[in-house]
Amino acid sequence: MRLFQKNIVPILFIIICSIGFYYSGLSWMFFANDLLTRLARNSFLVISLIIPVLAGMGLNFGIVLGAMAGQFAAFITVVYNMTGIAGFFMACLMSIPFAILFGWLTGILFNKAKGKEMITGLILGFFANGLYQLVCLIFIGWIIPISNKSLLLPSGIGFVNTLDLKIWQYAIDKFYVFRLRGITTPVLKYLNNINFPVLTLIVVAFLCMCVYLLFRTKLGQDFRAVGQNRHIAEVAGIKVDKVRIIAVIFSTVLAAWGQLIFLQNIGNVQVYGSHVQVGTFAVAALLIGGASVSKATIGQALLGTVLFHALFIVSPLAGKNIMGSAQVGEYFRVFIAYGVIGIALALHAWQRLAKKKNE
Amino acid sequence: MTGIARLEMRGISKQYYGNRVLKGVSFSLGKGEILSLVGENGAGKSTLMNILFGMPVIHATGGFDGEIYLDGEKAEIRSPEEAMKLGIGMVHQEFMLLPGFSITENIKLNRETTRASLLSKIFGKPLRWLDMPSMKTDARVSMDAIGLGIDEMLPVKGLPVGHMQFVEIARELDKKNIRLLVLDEPTAVLTESDADKLLEAMKILTNKGISILFISHRLDEVMAASDKIVILRDGEQIADTRPAETTIEKIAEIMVGRKIESTEMRGRPVESIRDDYILQIRDLSVAMPGETVKTINLDVKRGEILGIGGLAGQGKIGIANGIMGLFPSAGTVRKNDKPVLLNNAHASLGNGMAFVSEDRRGTGLLLDDSIEFNIVATAVQVQGKFMKSGAISTFDSKSVTEYAKKMIQDLDIRCTGPEQLARRLSGGNQQKVCIARAITLEPNLLFVSEPTRGIDIGAKRLILDHLIKMNREEELTIIMTSSELAELRSVCDRIAIVYQGMLEGILLPTDSDRDFGLMMAGEYHKFHGKEAV
Repeated sequence: MRLFQKNIVPILFIIICSIGFYYSGLSWMFFANDLLTRLARNSFLVISLIIPVLAGMGLNFGIVLGAMAGQFAAFITVVYNMTGIAGFFMACLMSIPFAILFGWLTGILFNKAKGKEMITGLILGFFANGLYQLVCLIFIGWIIPISNKSLLLPSGIGFVNTLDLKIWQYAIDKFYVFRLRGITTPVLKYLNNINFPVLTLIVVAFLCMCVYLLFRTKLGQDFRAVGQNRHIAEVAGIKVDKVRIIAVIFSTVLAAWGQLIFLQNIGNVQVYGSHVQVGTFAVAALLIGGASVSKATIGQALLGTVLFHALFIVSPLAGKNIMGSAQVGEYFRVFIAYGVIGIALALHAWQRLAKKKNE
Repeated sequence: MTGIARLEMRGISKQYYGNRVLKGVSFSLGKGEILSLVGENGAGKSTLMNILFGMPVIHATGGFDGEIYLDGEKAEIRSPEEAMKLGIGMVHQEFMLLPGFSITENIKLNRETTRASLLSKIFGKPLRWLDMPSMKTDARVSMDAIGLGIDEMLPVKGLPVGHMQFVEIARELDKKNIRLLVLDEPTAVLTESDADKLLEAMKILTNKGISILFISHRLDEVMAASDKIVILRDGEQIADTRPAETTIEKIAEIMVGRKIESTEMRGRPVESIRDDYILQIRDLSVAMPGETVKTINLDVKRGEILGIGGLAGQGKIGIANGIMGLFPSAGTVRKNDKPVLLNNAHASLGNGMAFVSEDRRGTGLLLDDSIEFNIVATAVQVQGKFMKSGAISTFDSKSVTEYAKKMIQDLDIRCTGPEQLARRLSGGNQQKVCIARAITLEPNLLFVSEPTRGIDIGAKRLILDHLIKMNREEELTIIMTSSELAELRSVCDRIAIVYQGMLEGILLPTDSDRDFGLMMAGEYHKFHGKEAV
């Protein structure tokens, strides 16, 4: 019973997903393939949220800035036509200085708004979007010269809406695709014909491992100590503000990489839109996985990504089949994305209340 | 004592915003000695410890005067980190333990043993691995040294408070260079048997040559444990003594002894007030964090001024807050023989009771509203005063302004006019606004908590005079809670002393300093009991 109560959020979403899957009428193979693709391309953005949660800064909506850092790096590879897997890793490398700078600034801001990091991060995302547009829409082609005019709007100033990333699309996804065949074992046979983007999964697994190991180091211990109680950590001589800034920088760098993994799968970048929803979607996924504003694990991040995107896959079709309109399905998609954040937060609050009463 | 003192503090003075809280305190503490600091709340003990430990609050408010020597060397302590480096350990009044960490992780907090990792060779120390096995061993050693036999990997969350206190001490002990340990009221949260164990552990530490600065309100422990006793009062060092040269009674007397002339005591003789009770409190408990009331039984006579005193954290503040419905409470309270509905602020206010909160800027005032609105707000809410009657009743701002002007005159509120925002007023004038609001309810029972905290002397006088005037002229019963004993003794007819959430006893303003000191330290009954035998 206790286990049930503790995991009420993921359990609720497993039920919703199952019902949705049933009504969507999707084939298992299509569903599984789509889900695996989405897991590979989105999980890393969700994992980037874990460190700030454990450092006591809540859900870092500021990862939008990390996504921007990733996109800046992507633009550079497009402008200089760096292709293939080398181009992708070059983008990862070049995103680091941007992400560190953005993370550092975010960290300083968060230190001035202690206890209100979540709302600060959310608003910071909107503000940063304004500056981002200033750079991409006004500075590009005017202050920052671009030789390849096909990347620019007809006026010669500002990037076009959509930049093609075919140069390194699937750079790691299609590096090696593994497909199971001919399994006859009752349950496992459902895994037949599912494509595994092996290198992407390895990269994600490797980074998960790094995050896990980080919390076995001195720095990780400092993160956790600061997360539990800033005052006590400070009295113990931990430089709280510095640790918090480092936590945000880590998060921002990971988000930049996460965004690049996402983009290499999608194959193009919506210059003025790809990053906008990153924060809310990643937060929703993490919450669905059973994390809260003060506790999160890698397992919860992965589970949450699976459930959130399962819902994404099935909801339009399920909506259409139940309500008889594709429009309603589309509505479901958006409604669910934001609804889950609300539900998950409410369920966590309710859990906390129940726990308090028990004590 | 021979040789160089382990710790010597010379002429330590400190002021906060022009308010002198320490006035030239000097003492020395030898190697392996225990020195006890005693004094009432606000005597300056905590400030002294904050100075010694280099707490940021000291340096953010302009530092301090005086010199600190450790083993004969002048020490400049600017941060807790530097204090730790110098071998000063501190067990704080509130627990400094992380509940989500194990005992080991807490003991080794920020002093974790680490091993090199691949990345640490590139990026430096922060990325070294934690060496859990060696941390566990270290923790075990410190825990064994003070006789704490529990598993070192247990999470701190859920440990009994007694054990938490020992974990704190084990943590300080684990600091290899520790020379001086500060224990700030370590026994306040312990049961008597745990406290005894702690005193034993202190002896073990001193045998190892560690010196201890001990702060406690329990005077019997002070007598049992210390080599030296320093008594502070209002930031001044009143006496240095040794247990052999003094008695608990004497310490209690010196601690409280603020000379107060009998002419200043304006309380009336007990016989002059009839035994007609306006309020009868039975088994009241209040869950106010930091000021928990366990069980209080108290009768309040009609027309008297009853004082409630006691040290901070003992629960005196909780009584009024509980009866007024601001914190969850249980028990029975009868006013004029009719039960008072608890946990309902609206009902309490409607019942002829009013409250001037100790939390002036938080609970007491609507800081961003005008003086006039602050004065009438509760009366408008609870009694519907200052409203024009009609189909839809509307706010009668004209009569409000007139009334506020009268109040401003009566209470001498220094302001630019009734429209001025409460935030812009000085502390004393804010307090007057709070009192004006309480009076507007025309209560027959008024609770006043810490009426003069943080207020200059002139305003203090005026507020206390006004309270007495209302009591004498309008027969208003007043229950006044205050940390300042002198203030209670100058105004009240009777004074109830609260200790550990319970009523320790009721004294008259004219009773001796000794009795007040003993009661506040919870020693009164022990002591008088012993005397009787």
